[in-house]
Amino acid sequence: MAKQPQKSTKKPDVDTTGHSWDGIEEFNNPLPRWWLWTFYATIFWAVLYTIAYPAWPGIKAATPGLLGWSTRANVQTEIEAAEAANAQINTQLASVELTAIADDPELRGYATSAGAAVFRTWCAQCHGSGAAGVAASGYPNLLDDDWLWGGDIEAIHTTIAHGIRNEEDPDARWSQMPAFGDILASEEIDQVVNYVMSLSGTPQDASLVEAGATVYADNCASCHMDDGTGDRAQGAPNLTDAIWLYGGSHETLMQTVTYSRFGVMPSWTNRLSEAEIRAVATYVHQLGGGE
Amino acid sequence: MSQTEPEVPPSLYAAREPIFPRRVSGKFRNLKWVIMAVTLGIYYLTPWIRWDRGPNLPDQAVLIDLANRRFFFFWIEIWPHEFYFIAGLLVMAGLGLFLFTSALGRVWCGYACPQTVWTDLFILVERWIEGDRNARLRLHRQEKWDLRKARLRLTKWTSWFLIGLATGGAWVFYFTDAPTLARDLVTLNAHPVAYTTMLILTMTTFFFGGFAREQICIYACPWPRIQAAMMDEDTLTVAYREWRGEPRGKLTKGDAAQTQGDCIDCMACVNVCPMGIDIRDGQQMECITCALCIDACDDVMDKIGKPRGLIDYMALTDETAERAGSQPTPIWKHVLRPRTMLYTALWSLVGVGLVVALFIRSDIEMTVAPIRNPTFVVLSDGSIRNTYDVRLLNKQGEDRPFKVTVVADQPLEVTLESVEGDTVMVPADTTFLQRVYVVAASDSGAASSERVDIRLWVEDLTNGERVYKDTIFNGRDN
Repeated sequence: MAKQPQKSTKKPDVDTTGHSWDGIEEFNNPLPRWWLWTFYATIFWAVLYTIAYPAWPGIKAATPGLLGWSTRANVQTEIEAAEAANAQINTQLASVELTAIADDPELRGYATSAGAAVFRTWCAQCHGSGAAGVAASGYPNLLDDDWLWGGDIEAIHTTIAHGIRNEEDPDARWSQMPAFGDILASEEIDQVVNYVMSLSGTPQDASLVEAGATVYADNCASCHMDDGTGDRAQGAPNLTDAIWLYGGSHETLMQTVTYSRFGVMPSWTNRLSEAEIRAVATYVHQLGGGE
Repeated sequence: MSQTEPEVPPSLYAAREPIFPRRVSGKFRNLKWVIMAVTLGIYYLTPWIRWDRGPNLPDQAVLIDLANRRFFFFWIEIWPHEFYFIAGLLVMAGLGLFLFTSALGRVWCGYACPQTVWTDLFILVERWIEGDRNARLRLHRQEKWDLRKARLRLTKWTSWFLIGLATGGAWVFYFTDAPTLARDLVTLNAHPVAYTTMLILTMTTFFFGGFAREQICIYACPWPRIQAAMMDEDTLTVAYREWRGEPRGKLTKGDAAQTQGDCIDCMACVNVCPMGIDIRDGQQMECITCALCIDACDDVMDKIGKPRGLIDYMALTDETAERAGSQPTPIWKHVLRPRTMLYTALWSLVGVGLVVALFIRSDIEMTVAPIRNPTFVVLSDGSIRNTYDVRLLNKQGEDRPFKVTVVADQPLEVTLESVEGDTVMVPADTTFLQRVYVVAASDSGAASSERVDIRLWVEDLTNGERVYKDTIFNGRDN
């Protein structure tokens, strides 16, 4: 095909940019009118936008914008709307008999769902997201059927509301096992540990068990009862079952008896609303161990 | 070569040529009236059919209950996880379209497509109000807006708008209880979504049926472009017997008539065409094969005493055969050929599959999700407990007692959270979440093992229907 240099002369009324690269020149066509106006409109829009909305960064904060729009305020509005929507059922939850919550399907469903959210926010740090606690560490498993302070809805509610062995709440559940290292000789502690282990069916040295029974009767039975089943009024654990809060090995039991244990749970009365406490109590009660 | 390029490229925009279809009567027109009445009747009346399903379920025969995620169709109730039924119906609709297109061409476009049916209705209304083709043409050309033109136009637009409103209104009735919604709509208490949907559908009906008409078929619809792939030389389409009609010419007496073809160039076929084309130009993308030109032409042929069928349904092979002077193939031979039979077979296969699936599906279903946080719980007597979130589906219109049992090689026990015994009442037409505990005694093999395969059974105690799911039990060694 022959060269067609006349191509550029077809539009003689258009200037070129004046640049030339290997003979290739560029037309200096103006922008289409509509495109140009759209461009100006976007600039105008951008200026208005920065006045209306938070935009220009300052030393401490950006300009707030005339409309007062902020994501935090939006979230706050949404939270308030959600709270307003739940206000009625929360009032109802906080005012009915604790034992009546389970009988009302709507209330029970709401309490379980709301309680699950409260649990994940406030309780899961110690008791785990699945409420299984931490094995042999003093954070009790809430799924099993063993309860230190009682497992009916009212007992669970009291425990959550006031906590255990905390200084902040005068109504907190309170008890303290003495550190028997100061009271008993280490042989006696060894004997009583052997006796306690025999209570839950682990075979032990018969002579040690026999000696331990006497030590137990003198020092432990007042709280843990003669048969070792414990006393929920004092939070004294049942020593005859298969569940050990701090572990059931000889070594950990020696440690428990010698130095004692002092597990603490905070009071939630001042941090959660009554409806929230009841919700989380309902949630814990239906996890599988409620009485 | 640049000399041959036009200085001004052709415009990409073509203004719409207004079309004023003339009234026509004949067998295809009658068929179209019947189809229009039936399809519109089905569309407008279906939501009002009642169907008693008991106290807990809606009594609307056809209802797409989006809020509760159910689809009701007379005695059939489709749950979201049974969406394959809808998918199957769509596959059938697709195959059906293939079948009809390969056999009868664009029969869907010409007779059953909503765009065609509503446009037909709108043209009918237009004719009632403004008169037939010539009167409408005069009205269109009359530039002065006198009182008569304004009155006719306003009446027509109002009628169209009301039809559009009824169309949009009928649509929303499919999604919620029709009598309740009708009351709410009138008292302005209905949900904004209902009003918005109605507004959109009213306006689309109004503009598509009243003004856009054939433009939708030509420019907006992909079907005319796809159809070519499904049609072959045996497909029946509307065609002009050009070898019989040409050379066309005005009806004359005398010698001239001997050299003339049968077409008297009366333009009847063009005047009745809702797509505004001339069928004598041959097959065109715009032709929706509504067959109104056949009716128009047959009418004319009767009047001038010539045989019918100058414009007729025929296949490409007939055209070749007739030109060669041989007999055309009978219609049933065009329709019954391997391709259409294959489509019919596929279509029936999917249909039979759906019907079988519909009959063997169970009224109860379950899913099992073992709780793995923690995998097991030690109880105070040393036994091992596993927890399962079991979702029980009761697809019936009444509460049913579901009994949960476990089957395994090892002795295991089942208990239910917040329920005495092993039987739970599942409310009507719900998915019910029940926490199920499976417990292995402390000294049992399951408790001390790592993992045991188990099977959870659920039985509807009222009729003995049972379903199961396999899952695992985690022992102490897990």
